[in-house]
Amino acid sequence: MGQQHDAYFVPAKSYWPIVAAVVMFTTVFGAAHWLNAEPGDAGFGKTVLTVGVIGVLGMFFGWFRSVINESLSGSYNHQVDTSFRMGMMWFIFSEVMFFGAFFGALFYIRMFSVPWLGGTGHGTLTHQFLWSDYAASWGANAGNGPEHIGGAFSTVPAWGLPLLNTLILLSSSVTVTIAHHALRAGHRGKILVFLGLTVLLGALFLNFQAHEYIEAYKELNLTLHSGVYGSTFFLLTGFHGLHVTLGTIMLAVIWFRVLKGHFNKDHHFGFEAVAWYWHFVDVVWLGLFMFVYIL
Amino acid sequence: MSYAATHDQHDDHHGAPKGFFQRWCMSTNHKDIGTLYLVFALVMFFIGGSFAMLIRAELFKPGLQLMQPYFFNQLTTMHALVMIFGAIMPAFVGLGNWMIPLMVGAPDMALPRMNNLSFWILPFAFTLLLSTLFMAGGGPAGGWTMYPPLSLQSDSLAYVVFAVHLMGISSIMGAINIIATILNMRAPGMELLKMPVFVWSWLITAFLLIAVMPVLAGAVTMLLTDKYFGTNFFNPGGGGDPVLYQHIFWFFGHPEVYIMILPAFGIISEIVPTFARKPIFGYKAMVFAIASIAFLSFIVWAHHMFAVGLPLGAEIFFMYATMLIAVPTGVKVFNWVATMWGSSMTFETPMLFAVGFIILFTIGGFSGLMLALVPADFQYHDTYFVVAHFHYVLVTGALFAIIAATYYWLPKWTGNMYSEFWAKMHFWNSVIWVNVLFFPQHFLGLAGMPRRIPDYNVAFANFNMISSIGGFLFGATQLIFIGVLIHCAFFSKKKATDRVWEGAKGLEWTVPSPAPHHTFDVPPVIHDDELAHGHVND
Repeated sequence: MGQQHDAYFVPAKSYWPIVAAVVMFTTVFGAAHWLNAEPGDAGFGKTVLTVGVIGVLGMFFGWFRSVINESLSGSYNHQVDTSFRMGMMWFIFSEVMFFGAFFGALFYIRMFSVPWLGGTGHGTLTHQFLWSDYAASWGANAGNGPEHIGGAFSTVPAWGLPLLNTLILLSSSVTVTIAHHALRAGHRGKILVFLGLTVLLGALFLNFQAHEYIEAYKELNLTLHSGVYGSTFFLLTGFHGLHVTLGTIMLAVIWFRVLKGHFNKDHHFGFEAVAWYWHFVDVVWLGLFMFVYIL
Repeated sequence: MSYAATHDQHDDHHGAPKGFFQRWCMSTNHKDIGTLYLVFALVMFFIGGSFAMLIRAELFKPGLQLMQPYFFNQLTTMHALVMIFGAIMPAFVGLGNWMIPLMVGAPDMALPRMNNLSFWILPFAFTLLLSTLFMAGGGPAGGWTMYPPLSLQSDSLAYVVFAVHLMGISSIMGAINIIATILNMRAPGMELLKMPVFVWSWLITAFLLIAVMPVLAGAVTMLLTDKYFGTNFFNPGGGGDPVLYQHIFWFFGHPEVYIMILPAFGIISEIVPTFARKPIFGYKAMVFAIASIAFLSFIVWAHHMFAVGLPLGAEIFFMYATMLIAVPTGVKVFNWVATMWGSSMTFETPMLFAVGFIILFTIGGFSGLMLALVPADFQYHDTYFVVAHFHYVLVTGALFAIIAATYYWLPKWTGNMYSEFWAKMHFWNSVIWVNVLFFPQHFLGLAGMPRRIPDYNVAFANFNMISSIGGFLFGATQLIFIGVLIHCAFFSKKKATDRVWEGAKGLEWTVPSPAPHHTFDVPPVIHDDELAHGHVND
């Protein structure tokens, strides 16, 4: 590594970074205003947030367009490619750690805080003095804590929609790999079919997850307010869902880029980066399926 | 335009671009972006410092003197957030930006545009954070650690959380860039175990940043949803636990304190050999010690929480794991001293700050060992002893290293020599007043004065007055620093040589002073005896 450079490449000046900083600031400034707004007075924050989000989308579009154009003009050498690969790998690692925080919270709550509130082990005094009638367990009607915040609820059974979604995501990992092999073999039609299938499977997953959420809210009374069970359930699955959404959009963009002939069998980092991301989202789901739904 | 034929795409290949906006806001140049980082850190250092001056003014005498307690709490919170995320970290990133490509023989950072974004996020993030001070309800007042439920009571929480998210994005991108630069952009022949220790320290620090900044993002996101969206992560009534926040926060927070000291170790490991005119003692041991400290930093977080009521087994584990850190840190201190042993030393200002670092940082390390003992910590927890401890490692540790690095590399950046007389004035005043400022705080803490209070028992009056006087004079001394910097950059007539220091080794001293806008367009040829650590003994 770091050895083969006959010529270094340093990209030209670009206004996209500063545009990105401005629109990111606009987005969070609007969001913070909105969150703190008095009821019925959310207009300003909402407007700023909307402008910010549109700006962020525009920025991504513009920045990636300029990078794609530079890539197509052949200005990126092997070293740039390696830097991009490292960037994507470490970005995915940072995402793993982000989910790690939420998984860590889930494990701590299930192993320690809820049992302690129920009087076992370490936290017996809280149990005795505050909530001596709380029978701690994880899941329906107890996972929302001693005050049963959010009221009685039931959990989503693992072997229904979640199992289906697991199969969907696993198949989508297979299809994206077939597309990758087709790309390396240079079969464009096959890539388009299997990459398209991957996008569809991603969308199908999101569709079922939306169904699951609606059912949780309407039938099971499992909501974001259902104590810490609801908190961990919706934040873990919700952040995962956001990542699937992002991944599906990225896959769709790659599909269009394949259609336009942007990739060849030696030069397709964009495809691989998105494929890595998709596998990462898949692995996170397996963790969720195991620890949120089954156990 | 054919890209293959040129080394880069700059319109103006040999100099800096002319327009201000073009040069500073659209930059893809590691030196300009490094300068931006360093100037930003300096501004934040004075903003955070002004908060500290107000805190010491309030504590000059017992009784409420100048401000309401709620404002005092905002000051302590903001002082920490600004100094940690606005001054120390950006200063290290700025030094890394400037020096890493020069030290490994790269033309620039691996991802120059992302580098620019990493910087430009910061002024906006701090605008967001500091703006809360001027809002109805004021800024965050629950301490920089943002423990719930206290932090959830302030309306500024949303602003603080989003500011932390932005800083996290900036840090992660900066860290990714540094890793990619070090692993992918080294000149041929610059093997990993020939790299300067500073580069090694940043490689490991960057890994820590990528590993823990997302965890902080997760923790503050849970605060946000607990306050605004009705989740119950930290509410025992809903099955949560406020201590959970402390676990997640300190899983970030402990590696974070090493993020603020490992690059300082790297800097000292550059400066001491230069002025001792001897290669560093035990180069490999230094590298492996940094790696060991980084590993241990992940398994010691609960020593910040000994007093919250952890199970006994956890307290014992975290106590011993924490004390284990003294081993690799001891290796480093030993090796710095061994480097100086029997050498022909001179004491230019960078070396003075480096020696000051070694002695005073070690004092901070020793008080850290005292705090690591669970039974002792029950007494010291949340007292001024803790305040004294972390200011010794952060001010006379991290900050002294940053100042040492600034004097060390300033001639390379500006092409001019700074005024040695005024720089020495800066050092001696700093080193005296910083001890007057922080040493009495040990006694206050041992006597039981709690931290984060605007008023105190009259029994603590004398030491507080001494500490405040030290604080004001330490603060005033930093104005000398500004004077020296401005004089050196714009007015100094004394030109620096390329090598600057007689004993300086390493690639950064082979380029002219000031370093031209573009360096190493073509990879340099590495001669092992030109490197500070070229001949590594096995």
